[in-house]
Amino acid sequence: MNKSQARLDLVKSGLKKRHFKEKTFKSLGIAAILAALAMLAILFVTIIGSGYSAFQQTFVRLEVFFDRELLDPDSTGDPEVLSQADYGGLVKKTLRNIFPEVKKRRQKRDLYKMVSSGAAFQLREMVMNNPGTIGTRQTVWVPADDDIDMLMKGHISADKEGSGRIKKYKLDWINHLKEKDALQKRFNFALFTNGDSREPELAGIWGAAVGSFYTMLVTLLLSFPLGVATAVYLEEFAPKNIWTDIIEVNINNLAAVPSIVFGLLGLAVFLNFFSLPRSAPVVGGLVLTLMTLPTIIIASRASLQSVAPSIREGALGVGASKMQSVMHHVLPLALPGMLTGTIIGMARALGETAPLLMIGMVAFIVDVPTGIFDKATVLPVQIYLWADSPERAFMERTSAAIIILLAFLLIMNAVAVVLRKKFERRW
Amino acid sequence: MVRAHDEFAETVGQPLLNNERVKISCSDVNVYYDEKHAIKNVSVEIAEKEVTAFIGPSGCGKSTFLRCLNRMNDTIKGCRIEGNIVIDREDIYNKNMDPVLLRARIGMVFQKPNPFPKSIYQNVAYGPRIHGLARNKEELDEIVITSLQKAGLYEEVKDQLDHTGTGLSGGQQQRLCIARAISVQPEIILMDEPCSALDPIATAKIEELIDELRRNYTIIIVTHSMQQAARVSQRTAFFHLGNLVEVGDTNEIFVNPEHKLTQDYITGRYG
Repeated sequence: MNKSQARLDLVKSGLKKRHFKEKTFKSLGIAAILAALAMLAILFVTIIGSGYSAFQQTFVRLEVFFDRELLDPDSTGDPEVLSQADYGGLVKKTLRNIFPEVKKRRQKRDLYKMVSSGAAFQLREMVMNNPGTIGTRQTVWVPADDDIDMLMKGHISADKEGSGRIKKYKLDWINHLKEKDALQKRFNFALFTNGDSREPELAGIWGAAVGSFYTMLVTLLLSFPLGVATAVYLEEFAPKNIWTDIIEVNINNLAAVPSIVFGLLGLAVFLNFFSLPRSAPVVGGLVLTLMTLPTIIIASRASLQSVAPSIREGALGVGASKMQSVMHHVLPLALPGMLTGTIIGMARALGETAPLLMIGMVAFIVDVPTGIFDKATVLPVQIYLWADSPERAFMERTSAAIIILLAFLLIMNAVAVVLRKKFERRW
Repeated sequence: MVRAHDEFAETVGQPLLNNERVKISCSDVNVYYDEKHAIKNVSVEIAEKEVTAFIGPSGCGKSTFLRCLNRMNDTIKGCRIEGNIVIDREDIYNKNMDPVLLRARIGMVFQKPNPFPKSIYQNVAYGPRIHGLARNKEELDEIVITSLQKAGLYEEVKDQLDHTGTGLSGGQQQRLCIARAISVQPEIILMDEPCSALDPIATAKIEELIDELRRNYTIIIVTHSMQQAARVSQRTAFFHLGNLVEVGDTNEIFVNPEHKLTQDYITGRYG
């Protein structure tokens, strides 16, 4: 009786310490999670905080009289003539009509800079789409210049006297427009539908998004079948010997190679040796395939290994060939894991910048690519390019592009989760 | 006097049948896993259309030997097999023997029920489908239903053939695996401890089923339970450390074992 009591006391005396250790460990874990969440929150708050304003753009209302004298003096109606007409002049004329008091040459030039150079293209588009516009008076909202946009959003300030980029008289014009309600912030469709531009108010991510899409398409079409086939062969068919060991070590090493090295490889092999086009999604896709393959192979092998051997035996037991047992039973069970690995690899590839710089995808490209051989850029490189631009307005657009890229990544990861849930089968 | 177990012992009892009923004939079979000598000089004949039980303590090689009979050991790395195994006068380890064809003739039921994670119907239909045994949907339906009936499972699952096979209870899963094995109409069924993961009621059902099946199939069952061997089998083979110690009629071997090791094992003094 005494002896067992003593033993219990011994256990009890240690218990306090054991529980304390457990509690400490738990609270450390919670602290770590909270710290991670806080970092994430800070990231999102800063990026969204500095980027959300880019989804709006200041527009100026112009009452444009599409003067036949100016655009089509001979009333030909010929599209050739219409497309060559001086729409810039039309914009300038309209602005002069609003502020007839401006006479000085210098001030006039500043006045013309109130609206974006895209305004002329917008008017041209209107006339080309509907030649009947000529001779009529129309109300048109055209994007304001980025300086005015920044001022409206409060990113740059100007005191009463005006300073720096915003002169006093310019401030008066702006106030005049504001009073007439001719200056409005509207949703910035251009950000989603345009390619890159030197003018921040005209710059959009569509070109980069399409470039990213083509690059990812090439990457997916090459890396998924190759990766899965490699994994299946190595895991299910290959003899286990020194050669397969060497291959395995090499694949694991490839997964750890810095991505810029793959870029150099792409430059040397795909551009210089195979003479593939520079800056093209096809080369970007090839380079990213090299980078993504090891990830997919490793994930696929792990997921093949996790399929219970009893399933393989069951299939072999009823007389399935090795191939049939793999194709009919093992592969379908391993597919969710493989898909997850692939999507994670693709998400990494989507955010990859360095190797694409090496193969020239960093060029300034205005046109939206129409195929994998066109010159293109991709979202992360677009972010890099905008972050490098001096205009204040590109700063918020950089953040906006980051938000869009993050949204894409979130969607891809969500798809991975959904696919895994959908194909997951209970044992 | 019991001989040292690493010696190659002569099998006592009645390993050879010397009659027309021989289905499988094994002579001097040795199996090595890399350096480990797992089966030592086993020679035995197995009769058709009856149940032969392999008994013995864990690690004695009875499962290994069973898996030699349908070349399941081919898939294990470092496994080497010597000797002759002849089924219906054909050496199954000769070069022209295709293991896929062999396994279509020899069904196998495993220790842990391993239905495919597909529907009950697909589980049973899989074998006939890959071997092309059914010409159309009606024939396939027929095969699936008769196989499930023979496995004594049809009445329980006939309304849920499209449900997943892994959702059944352990005993039902094992009977599904038996249905899957007999769906390709094998001549021989190998069972590797089919009841070790099942409760007594499910076990009783499987044993009944085995008794039923032996009219049409040659059955070899590996079991840890001596009661089970005594209940279901006509002949029993006792393995010990890779040696086949004794073979004989089940009635004979349990009542009157010749070898001291056999006697110790079945009386529970060993293993």
